[in-house]
Amino acid sequence: MAIKNVSGAEALMLSLRDAGTDLLFGYPGGAALFIYDALFQQKDIKHILVRHEQAAVHAADGYARASGKPGVALVTSGPGATNAITGIATAFMDSIPLVIISGQVKAPLIGTDAFQETDMIGISRPVVKHNFLVQRAEDIPDIISKAFYIATSGRPGPVVVDIPKDLTDAEHRVSYKYKKNISIRSYKPQEDGHPGQIKRAIKLLLQAKRPVIYSGGGVINANASKELIKVAKLLDFPVTSTLMGLGAYPANENRFLGMLGMHGTYEANMAMHESDLIFAVGARFDDRITNNPKKFSLESKKIHIDIDPASIDKIIDIDVPIVGSTKSVLKSIYEGLIKKKHLIEKDKIGPWHKKIKGWKKDYGLDHDLIDKRPKGKKILPQQVIQALYKETKGDAFVTSDVGQHQMFAAQYYKFDKPRRWINSGGLGTMGFGLPAAMGVQFAFPDDIVACVTGEGSIQMCIQELSTCLQYGLPIKIINVNNAALGMVKQWQDMQYDGRLSHSTYEDSLPDFIKLAESYGHVGIKVTHYKDLKKAMKQCFKMKTKLVFLDIDVDPEEHVYPMLEASMSLADMHLDKTRKTGSCKK
Amino acid sequence: MQKVISLLMENQAGALSRVVGLFSQRGYNIDSLIVAPTSDPTVSRLTMTTQEEERVVRQIIKQVNKLIDVVKVKDLTGINLIDRELLLIKVAISKRNKNLLKKLNCSILSEENKLLVAEFVGTSAEVDKIILKLKNCPLLEVVRTGVSGISSDEKIFSVRG
Repeated sequence: MAIKNVSGAEALMLSLRDAGTDLLFGYPGGAALFIYDALFQQKDIKHILVRHEQAAVHAADGYARASGKPGVALVTSGPGATNAITGIATAFMDSIPLVIISGQVKAPLIGTDAFQETDMIGISRPVVKHNFLVQRAEDIPDIISKAFYIATSGRPGPVVVDIPKDLTDAEHRVSYKYKKNISIRSYKPQEDGHPGQIKRAIKLLLQAKRPVIYSGGGVINANASKELIKVAKLLDFPVTSTLMGLGAYPANENRFLGMLGMHGTYEANMAMHESDLIFAVGARFDDRITNNPKKFSLESKKIHIDIDPASIDKIIDIDVPIVGSTKSVLKSIYEGLIKKKHLIEKDKIGPWHKKIKGWKKDYGLDHDLIDKRPKGKKILPQQVIQALYKETKGDAFVTSDVGQHQMFAAQYYKFDKPRRWINSGGLGTMGFGLPAAMGVQFAFPDDIVACVTGEGSIQMCIQELSTCLQYGLPIKIINVNNAALGMVKQWQDMQYDGRLSHSTYEDSLPDFIKLAESYGHVGIKVTHYKDLKKAMKQCFKMKTKLVFLDIDVDPEEHVYPMLEASMSLADMHLDKTRKTGSCKK
Repeated sequence: MQKVISLLMENQAGALSRVVGLFSQRGYNIDSLIVAPTSDPTVSRLTMTTQEEERVVRQIIKQVNKLIDVVKVKDLTGINLIDRELLLIKVAISKRNKNLLKKLNCSILSEENKLLVAEFVGTSAEVDKIILKLKNCPLLEVVRTGVSGISSDEKIFSVRG
């Protein structure tokens, strides 16, 4: 039903409401003031005031990743818009559905270098799925509807809607009518896979003797976890996952090999390398997975399901490409396999499972480190993650920042459910963890949300401790403090002869306990192994408080395994002294 | 080998910059690019040529197709392709130049201010040849439109088809 005579700003609020938005993250400013005035006068949408626009977008992103619903952020023109860019690029790289509304200077001023003017359409173009510059107030409902449709369908991604200030003022009156799922002739995402390709895939799946399912973020995005588990169980195939796909297949299942790639497990990387069939599901063969594409899993045939045709054959040649959503295609494959159930010979892959088990036994990760007193005086970062895992019974939402702590969390927190592991995989954005945790906590107010971070990353969006106070968010910040930019330091240790160029702070770190307290939160410092479990318990006992757990860890610890540069997936550093070399083919 | 790719896109502000932006963003080398509205004023047709290898061309087509404003993309490279380029040149007036231009099938459009302006329409290779043959009559200005192309096969490349 049409509502007559509303302003552009009111039409925007009504459009957001009708698109299903009940929460948005933002920061006001000149060009967005009419929008903020309309926001003030309505009750359907709650606005969360962040302390920096980057955090608004990360929070909307965390909300979207955890809930599966599109996240919404609102920023002003100029610096508001440019500050949002890092957040938008983060969401773009990981295919997260967001709608970002940016205020723009008045239409007649565009192009005149007006105060707080920046070409948001131009600067956001390479990091959005699409963007719109609103040119008439009456177009706002249709554009918002299209923005949500584009953001959430096909391969999801962020969409920017840039609105000149004069189109939101009280003088432009429009008639409001919202059309859901508006059709766009140039945009028809393909959900279902080609039946012929599905048949070819099934044939290969039934023939494989050394198969691996290589699962990625596309399984999470399409909510295809159940379908993945059904196919893997039916075929009894081992499963490995990218950083973005963790949780889609339960990590505690026997078939799960852990993460693959740069810091993947020995068994996952070896299995990929020696496989005769790689079944890629919603993963995109990026450089952190393949290492040298010319040496990548040379003996395997490859099936690749992806909603984005451009992801197929981009880096690795694929034998059976299937364009479609992982959910729909996996469902079709499962149904096809059931019809041919008599042809599934699980015995055929018995020796393969045995081989993988051997790899795991020889060089697999030690998940019981927490119960072993470290040889040095310092707590090991891996022990922090294991303590967190035990204390939260593996059932928390875990966000992370970027660096060593992120890799340790991915390796040692065994995610059993999708949408529990929230991190910036593609762009690798330090500063993501805390604001993303805010978004997750808003989506799930009663659940446990932990932000695994480091003393480097946390300082990139530390101002959000103030937002957490304002809205009473009981996030648990697990600061894996090694007093250095750990991953940078690790590379400098390994590849730059230990020249630690600007990766330490020379005793300039703040007292994080006092810092947390100054924002009205609780801070707990841990320096000794014997206090770790106790502090973790104490931290999670405080259900209504944000707790900043600052844990000093061994600064000399590196993340292993680590792929050797420009080599195959079988070439790994296993620790500081041992390398696999190409001893195994 | 020169490949010719044609696409149909929404004729609206920002659409062209998305296509062009994509080329630099992903490091694709484009030799020529030509764009104008079609008989349907809501649609523009863009034609580009590139020397990139097959694998890259496939990526270009997929990536361009992903752009929301792009309705359809077609690789026109092949035997059914009819490609044309317009060449405009300016040379000094002289009998010799005039004869040479006529011999090369260039049409003279203007003879003013001691200058000749002529045009030639042909394939890129033909245009290259003309420029080469005019080496000895100093070319004061050369304008090439870039390649435009259409396929002669029965499949109609349109928004509806």
